[in-house]
Amino acid sequence: MSLEDPRDTEEGRQELVGATEEGVDYDALEDLLGEHVTGRESHVNAEAFVIRPDEVQAVLFALRDQAGFDHLSNLSAQEQEDRYESIYHLKKYDDPTQEVTVVVPTSKRDPRSQSAEPVYRTADWHEREAYDLIGIEYDDHPDLRRILLPETWQGHPMGLDYDKDQPQVVSFENHANPLEEDHQDAESDTMFINIGPHHPATHGVLHLKTVLDGEQIADVEPDIGYLHRCEEQMAQQGKYKKEIMPYPDRWDYSSAGILNEWSYARAAEDLADLEVPEYAQVIRTMGAELSRMAGHMLAVGTFALDVYGDFTAIFQYAFRDREKILNLLEDLTGQRLMFNYLRLGGVAWDLPEPREEYFEKLRDFLDELPQTVEEYHNLLSSNEIFQIRCVDTGVLEPDVAKSYGATGPVARGSGIDYDLRRDDPYGYYPELDWDVITEDGCDNYARVLVRLQEVEQSARIIEQCVDLLAEWPEEDREIQSNVPRTLRPEEDAEIYRAVEAAKGELGIYIRSDGTDSPARFKIRSPCFSNLQTLPELSEGEYVPDMVASLGSLDIILGEVDR
Amino acid sequence: MSSQDRPADSKPAVQSTQESRMEGTDDRFNSKLREAFGSSPFILTKFDQFMNWVRGSSMFMLQFGIACCSIEMMSTYAIKHDLDRFGSGVPRASPRQADVIIVPGTIVSKFAPRMKRVYDQMPEPKFVVSMGSCTISGGPFQQGYNVVKGAEEVIPCDIHVPGCPPRPEALIYGVAKLQERIANGESSPVTVKPYELEQFGDLERDELVDHLAEDIDQETLVMRYNWADSS
Repeated sequence: MSLEDPRDTEEGRQELVGATEEGVDYDALEDLLGEHVTGRESHVNAEAFVIRPDEVQAVLFALRDQAGFDHLSNLSAQEQEDRYESIYHLKKYDDPTQEVTVVVPTSKRDPRSQSAEPVYRTADWHEREAYDLIGIEYDDHPDLRRILLPETWQGHPMGLDYDKDQPQVVSFENHANPLEEDHQDAESDTMFINIGPHHPATHGVLHLKTVLDGEQIADVEPDIGYLHRCEEQMAQQGKYKKEIMPYPDRWDYSSAGILNEWSYARAAEDLADLEVPEYAQVIRTMGAELSRMAGHMLAVGTFALDVYGDFTAIFQYAFRDREKILNLLEDLTGQRLMFNYLRLGGVAWDLPEPREEYFEKLRDFLDELPQTVEEYHNLLSSNEIFQIRCVDTGVLEPDVAKSYGATGPVARGSGIDYDLRRDDPYGYYPELDWDVITEDGCDNYARVLVRLQEVEQSARIIEQCVDLLAEWPEEDREIQSNVPRTLRPEEDAEIYRAVEAAKGELGIYIRSDGTDSPARFKIRSPCFSNLQTLPELSEGEYVPDMVASLGSLDIILGEVDR
Repeated sequence: MSSQDRPADSKPAVQSTQESRMEGTDDRFNSKLREAFGSSPFILTKFDQFMNWVRGSSMFMLQFGIACCSIEMMSTYAIKHDLDRFGSGVPRASPRQADVIIVPGTIVSKFAPRMKRVYDQMPEPKFVVSMGSCTISGGPFQQGYNVVKGAEEVIPCDIHVPGCPPRPEALIYGVAKLQERIANGESSPVTVKPYELEQFGDLERDELVDHLAEDIDQETLVMRYNWADSS
């Protein structure tokens, strides 16, 4: 069920500039932008327009309102020898294959660029990250502070001249109540509480600076960076072929490893123009869906723990089912959690022998699954307490979700029919029969329902993959295509590619410099964008509802902070 | 009159209880319990050992998740592995109620002072299990500009469980080893900590501290990282 396109209902279908059946007509877009465009580049995924740093808002407004690019997927900032660059990757929620890139170069001496925050709310955090790690300053930005590193950090670590060995001093002081001044009178009074970074309900090391008015949230600000372990630096140090692949497993560590690996594999394979054999694609698809199920089980189990402290029933049920999935994945990949199973151009090894036995195990698991999901529905979604806590709390309107760049179950729970597996097809998904789940509730309940139904859809996909694999002729079982021993993609090739991970759109931007490791590796994490919606979900609601909203966003801090 | 003054040949026929204890084991004290506690007759020692055994057999773990390892830590608490079987499975949300902190994940500059604060809030005696390669050395992220090279830079660790992440079985083994150590009365090594949480005023005034002097209140707790020395 998809939400009606607002353009259909409101002022009739407005003609979008540059939208054609075959893809984006970049010449039409260039005409639209007129003299704002100072140059044009070709990236592997889309054409890029180079613009002046003081015209960012004009260009992005035109692209959003007249050409329909309503999704700021990512902002990749980087420092090059002669300039700083902010690269905005734009997409459409209706058709994510229609992409356009906007490159904003700024001078080395004064890296200053206009903020995109008035156009896309999600640019807020993305630009703060660019400021924090690269050192580009954004004019008009509402709150340009460090986001991942401590306030007192010296230097911008992803810049070119950063000295890694310099000492750093990190302060640890009491946080002030930002609303204390204007909310204190005889009738009302606000109270400031820190939730986290060590707190059972924050799903890791997230710090929420919360201001309460009575029991209601007056202001909440997520403070992240307690798990910023330099994933981008690690990837830039590694060689394409084998040294980067172990790291994606550790971005979203809720057993969703194969999905993350696929995002890197997809970007690097498209960049280096590598083929993947069909048989390997089927195995990847199957492994990815097993990972997605494990990730969603964890989300549902911990959500029950958050909402009514259910450590005994649903949490344990979810872990029981996760153990089953992890056993299957361990048979397939050799590891329980950090699979490191995908290789550029294929997978590490074939299915475990004896194959029949493995298929048998998979089928047994799939046969039990409908009953298991039924059990979850009995315990969870039809539970009255659960419904009281979740229905109509944490409401995220679709247009707000789009502005924040929300994707995955969070977007689909708000009725946005957006799933890259279908809309920007990769792997073996287009050949299989499955549905994209959307719910129109926009609340915590809808997001949980989406996850539970996606587990069933994943099972459908796995079932078809098992049938395909079981009948695959023995002589065609090619798991790896021919990949050069050392990968050196073309110099100055740039690509942004995304896959549908457990939490949403997981994208990778790579710029190559002709060597065997990337010059810039940027991760677009779905959790980073989804977490940004938390203040919208919870301001004005009760504290426990905020905890429920946070649980339903299903963030993994490893992926938020990277 | 003490026993030394008494002539050697005038030994009384019946020994006092105390004397029999001094020389060897009296039959009356031979029991299973005694075997478990060893042969030392002093009540105080037995009580200490008893307390160590008690401590090792009922450990309250701090519910403390950092990164990937915490997923495996949760699996360890949950069914199938069920750490509770070994008398160490009650996760407490508050550090003030916990005996053991399992440090499950990468520690970065921003989190290290917070973790130290949580550790300081735990009552004595307290024990630390460092889980995973990141808490041993920084693990796969050791070269990161922001990553503290192991939990031992911040708090003393009793047991290191290697792995990335360790399997639940490995964590259970680590916890069992910790219980064994506690029951034997072995205390944690006190490590030299290059990063100390201290008042800003105590820091050596170098260029960086001078630079920050105006921004940071003298009362603020700060941590100083000497990246070049620690890697």
